[in-house]
This record gives sequence, C-alpha cells and structure tokens, in this order.
Amino acid sequence: MRDFLRAYPAEAKLLVVLALLCALLSLASPQFLTLVNLTSLLNNNAVNLIWAVGLLVVLIAGGIDISFAVGASVVQYLAVMALMGMGGGGWAVGIALAMALGIGLGLINAALIHGFRIISIVVTISTFNAFFGLLMFFTSGKSIYSLPDWLSRPIYLWELQTEIGWADIRLPVVVMAICLFATWFLIRRTTTGRQLYAFGDNPEGARRAGINIWLMQAIAFGWCGMMAGIAGLMQAHITKEVVPNALIGRELDVLAAVVLGGARLGGGRGSVLGCVLGVALVAVAQNGLNLLGVSPYAFKMVVGIIILAAISTSNIDLAAMLAPKRRDRE
Amino acid sequence: MERIKQAFGPEVPGLLGFLALVVVVFGLTAPNFLTAANLGSIAYQLPELGILTLAMLIPIISGGFNLAIIYTANMAGLTLAFVLMQFGGVDAGVGPFLLGTVLALAVGALSGAAMGAVIAYIGAHPILVSLAMMIFLRGLGEFLTKGGDISGFPQYLAVLGHGSFLGIPVPLILFGVCALAWHILLTRTRHGFASRMVGSNLRATTYSGVHTKRTLVLIYTLSGVMCAIAGILMLSRFNSVRVGHGEALLLVTVLACFLGGVDPFGGFGRVVPVVIALVVLQVLSSGLNLLGANQHLATAVWGLFLVGVMILRWGAGRWKERKRGRV
Repeated sequence: MRDFLRAYPAEAKLLVVLALLCALLSLASPQFLTLVNLTSLLNNNAVNLIWAVGLLVVLIAGGIDISFAVGASVVQYLAVMALMGMGGGGWAVGIALAMALGIGLGLINAALIHGFRIISIVVTISTFNAFFGLLMFFTSGKSIYSLPDWLSRPIYLWELQTEIGWADIRLPVVVMAICLFATWFLIRRTTTGRQLYAFGDNPEGARRAGINIWLMQAIAFGWCGMMAGIAGLMQAHITKEVVPNALIGRELDVLAAVVLGGARLGGGRGSVLGCVLGVALVAVAQNGLNLLGVSPYAFKMVVGIIILAAISTSNIDLAAMLAPKRRDRE
Repeated sequence: MERIKQAFGPEVPGLLGFLALVVVVFGLTAPNFLTAANLGSIAYQLPELGILTLAMLIPIISGGFNLAIIYTANMAGLTLAFVLMQFGGVDAGVGPFLLGTVLALAVGALSGAAMGAVIAYIGAHPILVSLAMMIFLRGLGEFLTKGGDISGFPQYLAVLGHGSFLGIPVPLILFGVCALAWHILLTRTRHGFASRMVGSNLRATTYSGVHTKRTLVLIYTLSGVMCAIAGILMLSRFNSVRVGHGEALLLVTVLACFLGGVDPFGGFGRVVPVVIALVVLQVLSSGLNLLGANQHLATAVWGLFLVGVMILRWGAGRWKERKRGRV
C-alpha cells in the first residue's frame, strides 16, 4: 500500500477522490451504479482515453502535443476518402490506414522537433494551425455523411437486457482496451519504455547514456499520432459521419485529464492508470451532474472547479501522512 | 542597425524584412492590396488579436502560459454587457458604461489573480492551472448565457469599435496605448525585470530577494486586465457578446509570441518584435484574402510561416556557430 502511494502519489490521490465521488453519486442517484450507466460511460469515453494514452507517451518523453485532435480529423477525412476510393475496404484495411496516416502526421512533428531543435509546443501549435487550416481549405468544411457500411454499422460485442434498458459494450471500448494494454506494455515492459522515461526526465543525460534521441522523439510522437488516428476512426464509427471541425478543441480537455492523472508536464512521470483515472474523474463528474438533474450548461463549470480543486490539493503528500512517525534525530 | 537591435531586440530587423517582403509580394500580386481601404481594414482587425497577444505575452515571458485569455475576455465582456442591460440596453448612458468597464476590468483581474495565486502558492504548472480556469470560465459563461449571445448596446459604443480619431482607428489607438504600457512595464519597471528573472530562473530569483510569489500573482492579474480590455473591445466591435467568441485566436496568440522571438521557456521577450509579428500575420491573412483564399488557408499559412521562421532561426544559429568556430 505504501509502496503504491510512494510510487504513484497523484494516482493514489485521484483514486481516493474518484472512489468518494462514486460513493456519493451512488447514494444520491439510484441510476448511477447500474450496468446501463457504467457501460454507457465506457462507450462514451473510449475515444478520449485512446487519445489520452497517446498523449501520455509524449508527455513522458518530455514533450507536449497540441495537434493530435486536429490530426485525428485529418486522418478521419483522408482515411474515409481513401477507403471510398478503394471501393469500401474493411476493418483491417481501415485501422491499418488510420494508424499509418496517424504515424505519418506524428513523424512530421517529430522530424521538425528533432531536425531543427524547435521545442515541441511551438512545433505542435504550428502544425495544429497548418493541419486545421489545410483540412478546412481543401474540404471547404464539408462533412462526409455516406461512410462505408462496415464503418457506420455499430458493433455490439456484449449486451444484456436489464430492467431499465440495454447494457452493451461496443467496439470502441475493446479497441480502447487494446490501446491501453499496448501503451502499458510499451512504457512499462520494454527497454524503449525505460528509455522514454529517462529521456523525458533528462534529455542530455539520456543522450550521454547512449540513447538515440531521434528514435525517442519518433516513437513518442509516432505513438501519439497512431493513437490519434485510431481514435479518429473510432469517432467516425461512433458518430457515423466525418465533420472536419468536430474534434478541434478536444485536445485541451484531454491534456487536462492526462495531467490530472499524474503525468508531469516536463517529462519523466506518468502512468496508464493515471490516464484512466484522470479521464474517469472528469467523465464521472459530468455523468453524475447529469443524473442529478443539473443544467447541462453548468457541467463544464463544475468540471473546471474539480480540476482546480484537484490541482490545489496536489501538494498534499499522502505517503508522508501515512508513514509511521520517524525519529528526527536519526 | 546595431542600435535598433539593442533597443528593440535582435529579431526586429529580420521581422521587418519579412514584413517588407510580404507587403511587396502582395502589392504586386493582389490588385487592391495597397489601397487605403485594405490598410484600414487591417488596422481595425489587428487590435483584437494584438491585445489578446499582449495578455499572453507576459505569462510566457515569466515561463508560464495563460490559456484562459479568450474566456477571461468573454467573461469581462459579459460583465459589461450585463451592466449595460441592467441600465436599459440601447438607452444606457455613459455612467453605466464606466461602471461596467470598471467591473469588467475587475473580473479580468480577479480571474487572473486566482490563477496567479494557485500557480505561485501551490506551485502547480501554469498550463494546467490556466487550462482548468479556461474550462471553468467557459462553463460559467455558458451557464450564465445558456449558450446564446447578448446584443443591443448603446450607439456610442460603436465609436470604440469602429470610430477613428484624427484619421487613426480608435481600436488601433487603444492597442498602441496598451502595447506602449506593456513595453514600459517590461523594460522600465521593477516588476518587468522581476517577470523576466522569474522566467529565467525562479529559484535564483527567490534567493536574490525578489518576492517571486507576489510577482507571479501580479503577472497573471495584469494578464487578466489586458484580457478584459480585449473583451470590451470585442463587445464594441461585434455589438454582441457570446461565450466562445474568438476561441480560434487562442493558439494564434501563442504563435504570434513565438514568431516575435519570445523564448518558449521564458525569460526573454520584447513587445516591439511581437507587435511586428502581429502585423506580419495580419498582412498575410488579408493579402491571402484578397487573392481569393479564405481564412482557413491563412491559418495554415500562419502555422507554416512559424515553422519556416523557426527553421531559419535554427539555420542562422548554426551558421553563426560555424563562423565562430573558424575564427
């Protein structure tokens, strides 16, 4: 328990807050702790979580990416156009295409960052403007409503009829789970993952220890781009349409959730668990307000207060509070 | 040349060169570019983005960020609008306008001070704090207005948004005054010096006896006040207030700061090159508009332009290093 607290202070705190929030909500609203509600929470937040783990890898490597949500829009549009051009395609081709396009966009960021030694926030703000401007210019802001059949048909992987309706798990949730696992495996179970943490914590130290800096940037931004691409395709699958300016603005919400989950701006810290908790806290808070009958206009205000409160308490050291009293003389 | 560099910063000659290049290219290719009407429209469009960029500038110089600028401006505009509505909307006199302006500035200062306090006394990262503040203010604004807009303001407000004084557009005068105030603040006052020192090295500044926490609170408070000015200007230009107005400008202000040579890590940055960068951006967008492209293409060009400038700066840095190496 104390090891967990020491290794993951932000995550532990968030877990406590989330548990309290869930307990309160399940007392206040009978609908909260039902399968229908919980599965719909999962279905609705799959896309955000896929983005979140992509961004996590970049944050761990000491960078920041503003362009991923716009990148996802670009991938959506290009992938769907290409698939239509091919005469339909299928899931395997679609996902592969989305991943490849996403990695491509990520590598553009990485190449500019590494090649010209520009810091990541400058590069990604530029590419954010460039991607969005070019996308809107070439598409004239037109949406695509006629997607291939396989893409627009919802896929239910598990369903159960309860007294208040159907509880179901849809495809994006499974894709999300795979993405979470893959990211966890990358950052916790591979040498590359250790190198990413080292690079994020101290780039110069990492370079002198023989880590290939260009490879680190390429992996981090490529991974983020890949996740953005997958999330973009999933978003198109869920909404059954591609709207070029639908995803813009989501990047800052995702960034807030990931940093809330303990990833450090500046690199070297962050975990998949934290990402999940960060996204979950925001999602559960909104869901709870909805169930309690609060005006939808007030949701974001309360979410902002929650994030502010979470930051403001972030210096309280739980591990130290739970530690046995030390004798100071020693 | 050297004196210009010393007085205004090393980026100025390069940026002026860019500006001249852009003006010449558009002057030759776009037929209506060098007309009074076009230059006038640039002069009316520039101040809004310009004042917001000034609000972003000081936090970046102090090594932080203020992502809440747009919604702070919206909330300040909303405050003024509420006051005007209370006193009869279109028929409101000058008294209520002054009262509303004071309250709007207070709202801006308050939201800035709140951010500054959390950043300074809790030590949370400015990006995160201002992001949370942005989400909160956006929510608050949407809650208060139910997503709609407020319009119908007194006639005399049009003077602020569209009038001119001695042939110079009033918004441009406002922007000029704000930029001058910021320039003086940054170069001639203790607070400006402390802001740059905080951006360079927070700990060293604390140890050398500067009250860095108070400095940080003041930085974000001033940024909030500047947002409020932008909010009032936006209100008078559009004759309406809607939460989310100017949303797209948020990252453009950051872009303008970086283009103006502000160090992304903080510590270095001047007002004059940033103002020139703003003019370049605005000229680019209006020239492209005249050539038949839309604002979206201009946005893309802004992004590519920043990348290009950063690459050129990198190249110049390497060239200098190599030259120094030979000598």
